[in-house]
Amino acid sequence: MKYEELLEIAPYSLDQSEKKKILTKRLVELSRLHYEKCNEYRAISDSIGFNPDNIDDYEQLPFLPVRLFKELNLKSVNDEDIVKTMTSSGTSGQAVSKIYLDRTTSSNQQKTMVKIVSNFTGSNRMPMIILDCPSVVKNRLMFSARGAGILGFSIFGSKKVYALDDEMNLDVEGLKAFLDQYQGQKILLFGFTFMVWQHFYKELLRLREEGITFDLSNGILIHGGGWKKLVNESVSQEEFHARLQDVCGLNQIHDYYGMVEQTGCIYMQCECGHLHASIFSDVIIRDPQDFSVCPKGKKGIIQVVSAIPESYPGHSLLTEDEGEILGEDDCPCGRKGKYFKIYGRLQNAEIRGCSDTYAAKFN
Amino acid sequence: MRKLGGAVTHMQQNLINEKQLEDLTAVKFLVGDMNDLVGERPKSLMPFCDQVIEFLNSLSKNLMSSKEAKQYPDIITLGFWIRKSSLLQLKDRFHKEDENALRMGRGIAFHIAPSNVPVNYAYSLVTGLLTGNVNIVRIPSKDFPQVDIVNRAIVKTLDEYADLKKYIYLVRYDRNQKVNDVFSIICDSRIIWGGDQTISEIRKSSLSPRAGEITFADRYSLAIIDSDKYLSLASKERFAEEFYNDTYLTDQNACTSPRIVVWTGEKVEEAKDEFWKLLHNLVEKKYTLQPIMGVNKLTSSYIAAAAGVCDRIEVHEDNYIVRVHVKEPDSSIMELKDNSGYFFECECHDLMELRGLCNNNHCQTIGYLGERDEIMPLLLSGIQGVDRVVPIGKTMDFDLLWDGYDLYERLTRNISISI
Repeated sequence: MKYEELLEIAPYSLDQSEKKKILTKRLVELSRLHYEKCNEYRAISDSIGFNPDNIDDYEQLPFLPVRLFKELNLKSVNDEDIVKTMTSSGTSGQAVSKIYLDRTTSSNQQKTMVKIVSNFTGSNRMPMIILDCPSVVKNRLMFSARGAGILGFSIFGSKKVYALDDEMNLDVEGLKAFLDQYQGQKILLFGFTFMVWQHFYKELLRLREEGITFDLSNGILIHGGGWKKLVNESVSQEEFHARLQDVCGLNQIHDYYGMVEQTGCIYMQCECGHLHASIFSDVIIRDPQDFSVCPKGKKGIIQVVSAIPESYPGHSLLTEDEGEILGEDDCPCGRKGKYFKIYGRLQNAEIRGCSDTYAAKFN
Repeated sequence: MRKLGGAVTHMQQNLINEKQLEDLTAVKFLVGDMNDLVGERPKSLMPFCDQVIEFLNSLSKNLMSSKEAKQYPDIITLGFWIRKSSLLQLKDRFHKEDENALRMGRGIAFHIAPSNVPVNYAYSLVTGLLTGNVNIVRIPSKDFPQVDIVNRAIVKTLDEYADLKKYIYLVRYDRNQKVNDVFSIICDSRIIWGGDQTISEIRKSSLSPRAGEITFADRYSLAIIDSDKYLSLASKERFAEEFYNDTYLTDQNACTSPRIVVWTGEKVEEAKDEFWKLLHNLVEKKYTLQPIMGVNKLTSSYIAAAAGVCDRIEVHEDNYIVRVHVKEPDSSIMELKDNSGYFFECECHDLMELRGLCNNNHCQTIGYLGERDEIMPLLLSGIQGVDRVVPIGKTMDFDLLWDGYDLYERLTRNISISI
């Protein structure tokens, strides 16, 4: 089965049974591909006696924990076919995930993203304000998650401007000029949740005190990257929306959930505030006690499957995030598929025993 | 003594100078008064002296009768270990009277306790006291209730043994090399618990030329179970309990916790089934499995599979016990070890097959169920590792022989008298 076949289907048009059939077929094929091409994936499959031929539902597929991509170099293509290596945004010193992309996988990521996002923004390109600094995307061979997100979303922009300089200061004049130029048009804004809050919202708030205001009531903001830092500042999603609307009239705001290990298959937040799985991917909630599938309404660890990855064995992954399925095929927004919410990262383990916790403080 | 202008003057040499004193302002003294430490160097005691034994016995009584201590098995175990009768047994084993030699504490012992084993610092302190030393013990920075309970009992007991106050300083301080420098230069023995990284960090602080050092580095341990012997045990539930205490009680992360279970004998499969089933019952009941632990263990098992170390990850119905089968155990698999119920497992016909696993100076304890004769050839084969062979359930039992060191010998000095 070619990925193109999936791309011809509208992203939120299949109900549970239709989606299961088509996605299982594709994911089983991907499992076979990676079994054949990736030595590590084959060794892992063999160690648990996994045989793709015995799978009739993608819930039965094994899932690789995302940390494996930090510890191992997992690829299913020859080195000369790799066109891009993406890395996760770890803090310095931490190991980062390395995701190897060939031309096909990279292009399918982009096509998928277009399908998903345009379902929310419409298919026309728009003038775009990137709420970040230009230096994030400098090295085009090694992409950080932040850089990859920006470049990924840039395809929706006709004209682009970075709202921040490399010192993370808001370019007030540049922003003004851009908005004047495209007055009356729909504007796309994109950024990482915490950056939007810290360097955009807070600055707009300060500028308003000085009598400088911006009207972004024509804007659509897409933001992602997680709420951890905002939770620390006690900012809820509702407050995030309300405050942005108050300060610049922005009223169409979509959060998204996604990860560098499955770029392309992002989970967009709909008008009802729910994150949605498209036909290209899915989320399965796993019980931490035994990894069994959690029913709707039960919190657990998030597994993600994606029909895209051909160049690396990342089609079925266990994240370290917690979430909960809210429903399937029946969101009031009309989109089919599962919709869910995220609780954030699993807590680090508190481990007893005589290991190096004293030294850990030195690092 | 120094001659000054013809007159003989006694100069009192302070243990800690003013500059050092300034560095010590970062230190919180939980037990002991810093001023007692500043002046003259305290006198060493004889090992196992009556005063210390009586003190520890009183401390034991205070701990064992404390209501709040009762809920902490680790405190009770400590209290049990420092009873007079138990200490006298130790004295019998270690302290031999010899008219041509005199044993004394070396002087000041500086202990760096591990920060994630609540009462380990107390064992280190007791060892220092029994061997006649003055003890400065850096205790865990983490707020364990056990630490408060034990410290309170120590303070209370010290009220009756005022002479010993100058021998016990329990301190807490954050990362601070200057403090390490001061304690290191004044001590006669430095005892560093746990972790290669901690050891290299502390070693940045010099010792005085005559001082010695004992380091408890990163280690790994194993369990060997003779299947036939296991199947003939009267209580396999009890055995599961013992194994649990060796492993899950410390999240299988103590240096003594077995990381691999080696099966010998004829009825290996039968014994395995029974053993893991009974252990599972227990773990399910007693152990708190944090959600991330399942993810970590899955990650580790897949890394082992990808590395070609394991040929099979055993089917497990849940995440309490993860077993990774290895064909040829070698010490290199320990670089892939994990904790919280993550076990390598293998079978072997002749224990000499374990040479590769044990011929490494990181290999520490063997928890053993089997015949003594069968393991002797391995121990006699000139291996670099294995410091102790103990029954399953006893891997955590502290002794003055630890990690291959005779702590009694290390922390005392011998005055030989041949007159």
